[in-house]
Amino acid sequence: MPVVKADLGLCQGYANCIMAAGDYFDLDDDGVVILLRTEVDEADRKRVTEAANSCPVSALRVEDE
Amino acid sequence: MTTAIVGASIAGVRAAQALRAEGYRGDVVLIGSEPVLPYDKPPLSKGYLVGAGAAEVTLLTAAEALELNIDLRLGVPAVGLDRALSELRLANGRRVGFDDLVVATGVRARPSPWGEGEGIHVLRTLDDADRLRAELVPDRRIIVIGAGFIGAEVAATALGLGVDVTLVSATRDLMSRRLGDEIGALFSQKHSRHGVHAVLGRTVAQIDGAKGDFRVLLDDGSELHGDVVVIGIGAVPNVEWLEDSGLEIDDGLVCDEFLTALGAPEIHAIGDVARWRHPVRGDLTRLEHWTNAVDQARCVAHNIAHPDDRRSYLPVEYVWSDQFNWKLHIVGRTTAVNPEMVTDPRTPDRIASLYSQNGLSFDGAVVLNWPRALVEVRRSIAAGSSLSDVRVRLGRLLESASG
Ligand SMILES: Cc1cc2nc3c(=O)[nH]c(=O)nc-3n(C[C@H](O)[C@H](O)[C@H](O)COP(=O)(O)OP(=O)(O)OC[C@H]3O[C@@H](n4cnc5c(N)ncnc54)[C@H](O)[C@@H]3O)c2cc1C
Ligand code: SF4
Repeated sequence: MPVVKADLGLCQGYANCIMAAGDYFDLDDDGVVILLRTEVDEADRKRVTEAANSCPVSALRVEDE
Repeated sequence: MTTAIVGASIAGVRAAQALRAEGYRGDVVLIGSEPVLPYDKPPLSKGYLVGAGAAEVTLLTAAEALELNIDLRLGVPAVGLDRALSELRLANGRRVGFDDLVVATGVRARPSPWGEGEGIHVLRTLDDADRLRAELVPDRRIIVIGAGFIGAEVAATALGLGVDVTLVSATRDLMSRRLGDEIGALFSQKHSRHGVHAVLGRTVAQIDGAKGDFRVLLDDGSELHGDVVVIGIGAVPNVEWLEDSGLEIDDGLVCDEFLTALGAPEIHAIGDVARWRHPVRGDLTRLEHWTNAVDQARCVAHNIAHPDDRRSYLPVEYVWSDQFNWKLHIVGRTTAVNPEMVTDPRTPDRIASLYSQNGLSFDGAVVLNWPRALVEVRRSIAAGSSLSDVRVRLGRLLESASG
């Protein structure tokens, strides 16, 4: 199953990922992304990949495990 | 089937990637005028000036293009469009036929009206950033003209490098056209506190002298002296190559609500160059923001891959800026007067100013240093919430943080 990974050091808290896939991502009080889940359902792959592509600092990756 | 994309920056690259994600099987040709790998622009006024490497701003490598079967042609501008033949003309004399064409040629820095030459800089391309970066050494005196986002960011970044910075702006405060008076004033104070010499409410009459010894004459007769000048006074769309195409050009390529050119359903525009009919407000809109370019690329890729299920483009306008240790976010429309200010009493740097055209609808917000509030306002705008809803949500945020 594909998984989504976040580089917390890169994240700048722009929240683009949340707008694209709010069921996978949220922000903490300091503006760092929170992964609400890491395993990506095949049906969500396109949406979560789009969310990763919408991150201005490329902090997110969808990978196949 | 072939989709040709002209302009290989964020909009063009994301369109090519999104076409493949949408399952588009045709050829994808991505044409860019610059001879370097596609790169991202927001870091050019921030991290790149303090030494980030070229790899950190690269948007697409040759290997990634190959993997997605994107035919990447760099260093060759498109010089014309023959609509009758559905062909592009490139500067090297070649022609590229297409079924769909995506125009993603962006904008360029508005040139200096006060003369050009060595030591007078604008900032739009990687090349511009390389040249400017070489000048940003301690104690060099730079004069930044224009306090929009790029001018304000360059001033902040340069100051951090020990440069002696003067910032000149016709507006009373930094970025005040987009931020409103209160937050604009906070930014003016912030810059002054860090040591930027801000000359506000003044326009430039003339620049003379040469690199190392410029004299900038202002409208009130006063003079500024500096080694280097950086001019950030906006941008103009790259549409000259379409001039004899018969398409409607007016401050960008004019499009309908589906981002297709008027009378030309096979021609699409995305990013900073696109001026499209906003499906709700009905007016022609052109935005110069990163997230808009990415969202429009996705919309057009969908429409090309699924012509029977076309979507109009309705953005949640969003732009950010990073200056010193402050993070600024603008969501939606922030043009109304008298925004309502909400502050976090425990962290006074955290501010949200809420905009409403009529006191009821929630139309936009400026958020400073407050990530959770940013999420709330972006969600609220997307959901079409009312101003009172947003007030309640921010109130809950403050309660839960103090509880
Ligand atoms: C220094 C700087 C900082 C920024 N910071 C932020 C920020 O913090 N937040 C934010 O939201 N936005 C920011 N922006 C704005 C953001 O970068 C732009 O909105 C975005 O780059 C638009 O992308 P685009 O692909 O539409 O156009 P562009 O990035 O302008 O790219 C257009 C491309 O087309 C190419 N081209 C032009 N004509 C031709 C032709 N005839 N043939 C072939 N190729 C052609 C150009 O060479 C260029 O590569 C910043 C911009 C700059 C310059
Ligand atoms: S889009 Fe990127 S920078 Fe923004 S919150 Fe998500 S991971 Fe962080």
